[in-house]
Amino acid sequence: MSDTTHGALLSVRNISAGTEDKQILHHANLEVTSGETHVLMGPNGAGKSTLGHVIMGDPTYKITDGQIIFDGIDITEQAVNKRSLAGIFLSYQAPVEVPGVPLYSFLRTITQMRPELKMNARKFRQRVGEICDQLSMDQSFLTRELNVGFSGGEKKKIEMLQLLLLRPKLAILDETDSGLDVDALSVVSRGIEAYREDCDGALLMITHNTRILERLDVNHTHVMVKGRLVADGPASLIDDIDRNGFERFENAVATAAEDGE
Amino acid sequence: MAERTQVQDVDRSLYDFTKSEEGYERYADGLTPEIVRSISAKKDEPEWMLQMRLDALETYQNLAMPANWGPDTSGLDMSHISTYVSPKTKQASNWEEVPEDIKDTFERLGIPQAERESLAGVGAQYDSEIVYHNMKEEMAKQGVVYTTIEDALHSEYEPLVKQYFGKLIPPRDHKFAALHYAVWSGGSFVYVPRGITVDYPLQSYFRLNAQGAGQFEHTLIICEDDTNLHFIEGCSAPKYYAANLHAGAVEIFVGNRSHMRYSTIENWSKNMFNLNTKRVTVGTDSQMEWISGSFGSHVSYLYPTSIMKGDRSSVEFTGITFAGQNQDLDTGCKVILQGADTTASVETKSISKDGGINTFRSSVVIGRKAERARASVSCSSLMLDDISRSDTIPAMDVRCGSAQVGHEATIGRISDDTILYLMSRGCSEEEARTMVVNGFANPVSKELPLEYAVEMNNLIKLEMEGAIG
Repeated sequence: MSDTTHGALLSVRNISAGTEDKQILHHANLEVTSGETHVLMGPNGAGKSTLGHVIMGDPTYKITDGQIIFDGIDITEQAVNKRSLAGIFLSYQAPVEVPGVPLYSFLRTITQMRPELKMNARKFRQRVGEICDQLSMDQSFLTRELNVGFSGGEKKKIEMLQLLLLRPKLAILDETDSGLDVDALSVVSRGIEAYREDCDGALLMITHNTRILERLDVNHTHVMVKGRLVADGPASLIDDIDRNGFERFENAVATAAEDGE
Repeated sequence: MAERTQVQDVDRSLYDFTKSEEGYERYADGLTPEIVRSISAKKDEPEWMLQMRLDALETYQNLAMPANWGPDTSGLDMSHISTYVSPKTKQASNWEEVPEDIKDTFERLGIPQAERESLAGVGAQYDSEIVYHNMKEEMAKQGVVYTTIEDALHSEYEPLVKQYFGKLIPPRDHKFAALHYAVWSGGSFVYVPRGITVDYPLQSYFRLNAQGAGQFEHTLIICEDDTNLHFIEGCSAPKYYAANLHAGAVEIFVGNRSHMRYSTIENWSKNMFNLNTKRVTVGTDSQMEWISGSFGSHVSYLYPTSIMKGDRSSVEFTGITFAGQNQDLDTGCKVILQGADTTASVETKSISKDGGINTFRSSVVIGRKAERARASVSCSSLMLDDISRSDTIPAMDVRCGSAQVGHEATIGRISDDTILYLMSRGCSEEEARTMVVNGFANPVSKELPLEYAVEMNNLIKLEMEGAIG
């Protein structure tokens, strides 16, 4: 099911989705081209994370309408791991702890799953070492169990480590900046910059916090309210939201709803 | 469902191959004094041993089947179990002398390779008889004995066997102990003289090839004071439709200031009734460690018991069980702390899937003189679906005011979030679940010798294959 009519890396087309008892996303449309940085903003509970999870293929959410095209392929029905191997990466707000699985061997396993990242054990060790340095991560972390007992900031660094190792075509960062102190925030920012530069990857940032965006060259800003993507603007929209909040977007949705959509 | 079983049969081919019994000596099914006499005569045993067998047979016939306090054993019909099946071969001390089909079996299980690489000695039992026994020469020079009980009975060690055999697990212990003493065959005799450290592990591997048969090996280990020994026991059998029975006994005597580690990986086929009894008695200032992995069998009753007689001794029990479809594994351990300042630490894990049942029983008894004894028992269970079962039944009997005991049990499932997380990094659902289960088992597998840890991970992988959909 190849789709060559679009140059977009990711194309979310008219997606409606939700859980069994509640529709969350209403006819969402979003296009991300290779190398671009997009920001998705919106009030709490707007459905931003849901959109990220739907793109990743989280089976918690059922797609009731629309299509998702990635790299020319319709992935709407594809399993999560297939999407991952195709080049989509989702960084979680709260990465899961997996007891008994050493971080280093986990990294080796997920790297070996990708033929394009083939490298021998020595080269792999070296590459992981480089990334740890980039992220100011103590290499002793590598012998610990995956995410077990790490602080929130450390877990986000481990997400960045995986991001830089796996070199996905599209990285969706779901509030990666939330709850971080100044130092951790600057490390995560460095990770994002490194990803942009080394991998020429596309980025979809889901965030409340405009601070992490200061260092990034943002191409598009999207606003989501009540499961609807209501605005697609330039980087300057971020400053506007910073000053005025989401009120005008919320009012617009309320009016639209009254008009019967 | 039938299809899935088919797939598993293929997947388990590493263990499920069978060899012809042609030309083997196989005694009639069921149990009579004549059978017991002929086993004893074949082994040319001393009179006291024959007498012990006959007494045990009488005990066996007089004891009722245990009341229904554990898994159902009604599928076990002793009149259809052959208690003695012997391959037509003499015991060898060189793999070249072992008959081709039996050697092939042990080659496939990796035993000769393990011996070359990392063991001080190996014993290999096929059905009722040991077919191979060998130990490194330097150990023999230090006076370490590693042989079969049959050979020990015909050597200068006969008085030692007589002194210890059946003393820790008496034939009256329970019905299957009585059965064991009536028809025991094969197993190992280990003697470590005072002051000797056995640098590499000794390993006995028990393979039950014959269908509808019983394996009743006896392991007797005597460690004098100031010794150090690691003993490894491996068990497997191919899959048959007729019930097989394993009723072995392990008796271990550990002296003072000694260290003993007993590791087991059991992978009996799923028609096996595994009614095994293991017991150790420990002197002062010594350490006993049990490492136990139970993967196979249809029904297991297995509770290694540690009697800590001397002061300041410690016992650690680390175990894992994996119960799948049609498996009811009742396992655990018993600890009796008698000496002052003794400690016991029990950590077990169980994994249940496809309707498998795990029951963990622990019994901690702290005697009146066990001042300041400490015991902690921790049991965690992982449930892979909603149709499986896991129960924890702790018992504590504390008769000393200064003792401390603790118990904790947890039951967990693999969360959807964990699977999503691992899948979003590229793992298939099956790989993700296997990774979580391996991680859960990791505290046990890291205690095992490397090749056994690898075997255990492979077993988990085999069990997890076909677990999805």
